[in-house]
Amino acid sequence: MSFCRNAVRSANGRFTSSMRPRVALVLGARTYASGSGKPVAQFLGEKNSRGNYTVSFIEGDGIGPEISQSVKRIYEAAKVPIEWESIDVTPIIKNGKTAIPDAAIESIKKNFVALKGPLATPVGKGHVSLNLTLRRTFNLFANVRPCRSVPGFKTPYDNVDTVLIRENTEGEYSGIEHEVVDGVVQSIKLITKPASERVLKFGFQYAESIGKPWVRAVHKATIMKMSDGLFLSTAEDVAKEFPAVKFDSELLDNTCLKMVTDPSYYQPMVLVMPNLYGDIVSDMCAGLIGGLGLTPSANIGDTCSIFEAVHGSAPDIAGKDKANPTALLLSSMMMLQHMGLNEFAVKINKAIMETLAEGKALTGDLKGTASTTQYTDAIISKL
Amino acid sequence: MLSKTLYGAAKSAAARHVVPNGARTMATAATVTSDIFKPTKFGGKYTVTLIPGDGIGAEVADSVKQIFKADNVPVDWDQVDVTGFGDKKDAELLFQQSVDSLKRNKVGLKGILYTPIERSGHQSFNVALRQALDIYASVVLIKNMPGYSTRHSNVDMCIIRENTEGEYSGLEHQPVAGVVESLKIVTKMKSERISKFAFSFAVANNRKKVTCIHKANIMKLADGLFRSTFHEVSQQFKQLEVNDMIVDNASMQAVSWPQQFDVLVMPNLYGSILSNIGAALVGGPGIIPGCNMGREHAVFEPGCRHVGLDIQGRDQANPTAMLLSATMMLRHLGLDDHASRITKAVYDTIKDGQVRTKDMGGNNTTQEFTKAILDKMETL
Repeated sequence: MSFCRNAVRSANGRFTSSMRPRVALVLGARTYASGSGKPVAQFLGEKNSRGNYTVSFIEGDGIGPEISQSVKRIYEAAKVPIEWESIDVTPIIKNGKTAIPDAAIESIKKNFVALKGPLATPVGKGHVSLNLTLRRTFNLFANVRPCRSVPGFKTPYDNVDTVLIRENTEGEYSGIEHEVVDGVVQSIKLITKPASERVLKFGFQYAESIGKPWVRAVHKATIMKMSDGLFLSTAEDVAKEFPAVKFDSELLDNTCLKMVTDPSYYQPMVLVMPNLYGDIVSDMCAGLIGGLGLTPSANIGDTCSIFEAVHGSAPDIAGKDKANPTALLLSSMMMLQHMGLNEFAVKINKAIMETLAEGKALTGDLKGTASTTQYTDAIISKL
Repeated sequence: MLSKTLYGAAKSAAARHVVPNGARTMATAATVTSDIFKPTKFGGKYTVTLIPGDGIGAEVADSVKQIFKADNVPVDWDQVDVTGFGDKKDAELLFQQSVDSLKRNKVGLKGILYTPIERSGHQSFNVALRQALDIYASVVLIKNMPGYSTRHSNVDMCIIRENTEGEYSGLEHQPVAGVVESLKIVTKMKSERISKFAFSFAVANNRKKVTCIHKANIMKLADGLFRSTFHEVSQQFKQLEVNDMIVDNASMQAVSWPQQFDVLVMPNLYGSILSNIGAALVGGPGIIPGCNMGREHAVFEPGCRHVGLDIQGRDQANPTAMLLSATMMLRHLGLDDHASRITKAVYDTIKDGQVRTKDMGGNNTTQEFTKAILDKMETL
């Protein structure tokens, strides 16, 4: 146990001790009162002399610049204390490996937070996906995927309001595979106590920060008794540090079944699960509310976090003022919350939801006729 | 309505592929001369292993027994009350008995056995049984029931799942404290035979499309092998439309546009995920039948594999999944008349909508529902 604590500590302990008091001040708005030990993945940024935070902005490819413009305009109108620092992450090859330009890395390291539009992964030439490169560079260990029904957009499911946290560094995505003999492949799923503990701890913290009273670990420990068993037993240990949060666990089979039968059952919960299950179930939840076009996402790292829209760069409608900026906007709401700027998040979120519910200025993907600009204007008018 | 050919086909599909597969890749396979699936008949009756299982198993198995008796189905039950609960040693002894019984009878009807999470507990009997008998192909039929509307209509898909390897290999170890490796095994031989099974099944049931579900973008070697083998085998079935899809996308598509799917074939774990998503689309695990086919044995069990501990002993369970699995078994045995009559009675009872169990929004007990089916059968 102490071995694990230390591992978490060292994993999280990249900042110097002199920074800690200020960290506590910044975090004033969020409470981690019930969790003993140090919280994971705190926001470490500080305001500049003008009283603003600086945020790195990866505007992305295709529709990226348009929807980024929309975010910038809305933030300006809402007077959010944020200055944007646009960065270019067009990959370079460094020592034979795909890498992100140093300037971009420096910017994110300095600001501790980035907002990211869609990136088109270059095909061929042995490029590792940029998302994976970013994940590795900043050790983004948790992927947070809330899915909430969008007012005015009808799907077979109403009142979806789920939050899923996915472990993002190991599990089935360890990349350790080999062909033992011809025609026989072993693929290794790697589960470690430190990584499990870190993501679960974050899960509990996150549940508290968004006011959900319940954390549920999803596993398949009946079959994978040791690996998922370790994830599950770690969850039980971490839960003891958060007595104010209800904790239980569920078999993956049941989660899939119940989520599709009645998603509203999961409304009070934050689901935490290993990598592959999280990948599958989070996309499935996105399916419940109408696809990836409206789902925000956060990638939480030890010190830096990246908030992004998970949809593609839609090159077919790029530059035509047709794109829907909602997913990026909602991702940026998660970012504001992470930065402790909750009141701005609440205000902007309300304006977005009202605009969507009204249905007068919807973009083409929501069967409306408005342009990106008109949709943005409508939101601004509601601020 | 689940057609007659649908039920009969699992058998023919399995039988069909055995000969080439056995000759090519399995040195141990015996030469197949007669219909290996036809168990011996004694005194005009088949002997079938019955494993009611844990949870709601006993209740729904009773329902099947009553209905079979009322229809004079020529089946004798060889019942083994194996359970996943209780003393490990006793449980393992009974489990061995159930394997022996199935080896003897070749055909079985089975509920789901409870699996403990504790590491000290026994391994999943459900999985061990499939591995012991090498019943490698799980077939799960997901289709809307006439008269019972859910969020999605016109869903008609069939999930074919590799049952004996993949993530369920049971190979795990802890090199140092706090670090666990779990091995997922994918072999060319098993990928090939499950693909062949899926294609044969599609052909035999007049299905048009077979989709391979995988995660080859991440597990490039393991799922890559499964996917490439699937496409290799597909060359022998030019009449079918073939495509593949990544499992997370497939899950998203399943809840937003399930009508696009026909026959799906996939490694073990993804089958568990998609059959549960699929069940939820059409009304839950209580109505999803399934079977596990091997080279010599066939075990029929509810497709969605839920123990149902939460409603155990409350006379609330929906016996439909078990009943339809049992009628699949009857077709497998060539007892088509009985199968058709029972299937029709079940479907008609649900269509009438007067008597329904709780999971289908009704208030009736398992027994009342069974009684309604029995009454319906008298009119057929």
